[in-house]
Amino acid sequence: MADVVKIATRESYGNALAECGKDFPNLVVLDADLAGATKTGIFKKAFPERHIDCGIAECNMTGIAAGLSTCGKIPFISSFAMFAAGRNFEQVRNSIGYPHLNVKIGATHAGITVGEDGATHQCNEDIALMRAVPGMTVIVPSDDVEAKAAVRAAIEYEGPVYLRFGRAAVPVINDRPDYKFEMGKGVLLKEGTDVTIVATGICVDSALKAADMLKEDGISAEVINIHTIKPLDEDLIVKSAGKTKKVVTVEEHSVIGGLGSAVCDALSAKCPVPVKKLGMQDIFGESGSASALVEKYRLDGKGVYEDVKAFLNK
Amino acid sequence: MANEVRKGIVTAVHGAKAGHPGGSLSAADIFTYLYFEEMNIDPKDPKKADRDRFVLSKGHTAPGLYSVLANRGYFPVADLPTLRHLGSYLQGHPCMQETPGVDMSSGSLGQGISAAVGMALAGKMDNKDYRVYTLLGDGEIQEGQVWEASMFAGHRKLDNLVVIVDNNGLQIDGKIDDVCSPYPIDKKFEAFNFHVINIDGNDFDQIRAAFKEARTTKGMPTAIIAKTVKGKGVSYMENNAGWHGKAPNDDEYKIAMDDLEKIAKELGGAN
Repeated sequence: MADVVKIATRESYGNALAECGKDFPNLVVLDADLAGATKTGIFKKAFPERHIDCGIAECNMTGIAAGLSTCGKIPFISSFAMFAAGRNFEQVRNSIGYPHLNVKIGATHAGITVGEDGATHQCNEDIALMRAVPGMTVIVPSDDVEAKAAVRAAIEYEGPVYLRFGRAAVPVINDRPDYKFEMGKGVLLKEGTDVTIVATGICVDSALKAADMLKEDGISAEVINIHTIKPLDEDLIVKSAGKTKKVVTVEEHSVIGGLGSAVCDALSAKCPVPVKKLGMQDIFGESGSASALVEKYRLDGKGVYEDVKAFLNK
Repeated sequence: MANEVRKGIVTAVHGAKAGHPGGSLSAADIFTYLYFEEMNIDPKDPKKADRDRFVLSKGHTAPGLYSVLANRGYFPVADLPTLRHLGSYLQGHPCMQETPGVDMSSGSLGQGISAAVGMALAGKMDNKDYRVYTLLGDGEIQEGQVWEASMFAGHRKLDNLVVIVDNNGLQIDGKIDDVCSPYPIDKKFEAFNFHVINIDGNDFDQIRAAFKEARTTKGMPTAIIAKTVKGKGVSYMENNAGWHGKAPNDDEYKIAMDDLEKIAKELGGAN
C-alpha cells in the first residue's frame, strides 16, 4: 500500500482561498493575528490588498466583515474555532446570522487535535453553537480534497457559512476522480447492513478504519460522511437507519449539540432507532499530541471499532 | 423638521406601548441633520450603491431612526405607531431586511460601530467616495468592542467614517458617571487617533459646523461628541433616566405632543 498523504485542513483552507482569489475579485479575507496558523497567510501572499489583519479583536473582525458584506464583498473571517464561534457567538448571531449576511467563517484549530495547547484552545462546542443560529450552514470537511471543495462551494453560495478546519495533518481520503462536493448532501462511503456509522471531519477516516476491522469480525458497517451538518442530509441517514436499525455517530466535538445530536433530531422524528454518540463525552480536553488525544478519547479507528462492537453486543 | 421627528418618536413609542423615547429624542436633531442635510441618499432608491451609510449602533433608539426615515419619505409616517407590533416592518431594534433605509441590523450594543467600520473600509478598498456615519450611546461605549473598532478605524485612517456619541449622560441604571464613567470621552477617541469635535448636540448650527469639519478632515476618522439632553423636547422626559425605555400613557402622550406643538409655534415653522 502506498504511503498515505496527510494534509491539515487548515492548510487546504489557505490554499483554497488563494486559488479562489483569482476567480472571485470580491473575496476578502480577515484574520485576527493568526494568519500564520490559520493559513490565510497563503492568501495574503497572493492578494495582500485583500487580506485584512484586524489584530487580536475577533468580535470587531466579525462586525467589520458584516459591514464589508453589505457593500458587496465576500468576507471570510478566520480564527481558531474557540474564538471564531465561541468568543464571537453573539456577534455571529446578531451581526451576521440575523441579517443573513454573506459572511463565511473559517474556523481552524477545532477540536482536540489542537493538541498541546490544551483545553482552553480545544473547541468542542462550536458545531453546537453555530448549528443553533437560524440560517447558518455548518460544514466540517474530512480531508484536504473536501476542505478545498467546501471553500469554493461556500463562496458560490449566498449566505452565512461556518467552515470547520483542523490543525493536525490528516489522511487524504477523497482523492478520487468522481469526487463531487455538494453542500447539504451526505456521502455514502461504504455500504453495510448491520450498523450505520455516521461520521464527520477527521472522524470519517476513523469510521472507515473501524468498518474494516468490524468486517473482519463479520460485522457489515455502513459508513456515511456528513460534511454538511446543517442543513443535514436527513434522507440519507434515515434511509440507512431504516436498513441497519442501529446508528453510531462519531465526531471530534462534544456529544451535546453536534453531529450526534443533529442525527438524533432527525431519527427521533423519522426513524427512531438506538443511537450511540461517540465524541467528547461532556468533558474538556487536555494537553498532549493530537494522535495521543485522539487515541485517549477513542476517536481513532480502534476506539470507534471497540465502541461500535460494545454497542452492538448490548 | 427635528420637531416633526420628535413627534414621530413620541407617536411611535406611544403606539408601541414600549420602546426607548429618551435616547431617541436626545439624538433627534442629529438624526434630522444627517438625513435632511448631510447624507447623500435617495429615499426612492434605499439601496443605491454609492449612497452614504448610517448605522444606528445604539439600536434601541430605533424610534428616532424610523421617525426620521418616515419623515424623509422612505415609508409612511402613518405607519410609525405599528412600531413593535406583531407583523410590523418596524421591529423593536433596526432590521435591515425589514425596513427600507436601514443599512445594518443593530441593537446589541457595541456591534454597530464595527459594521460601520467595515462599510468605510469597503469604500476605501473600492475607491468609492461615500461616507459612513454611526451613532453610539454614551453608555454603549462601555462595551469593549467599541474600542476594538475605534483602534482599527484609527489605525486604518478611515477618514470616510464619522462616529457620533450621543452624550446625554444617562443610562438605564442612572448617570453614566455613577454607573461606570466613560469620561473623558473626547480624550479616549483622541488616543485612538480620531479627530474629535465636542458640540452641543441639540444645537443645529454646532451640528452643521461639526459635520462640515469632519468632511474636511483627512487621514483620520472623526468622532463627534454631542452633549445632548435625554428626552429633549418633552418636559417631563428631559434628563430623566426613567424615560430610557418606557412609553407614555395616553395622558402623557397628550402632554408630550402639546410640548412639541408649543416648540413648533415658538419656532414659527422656521425649523
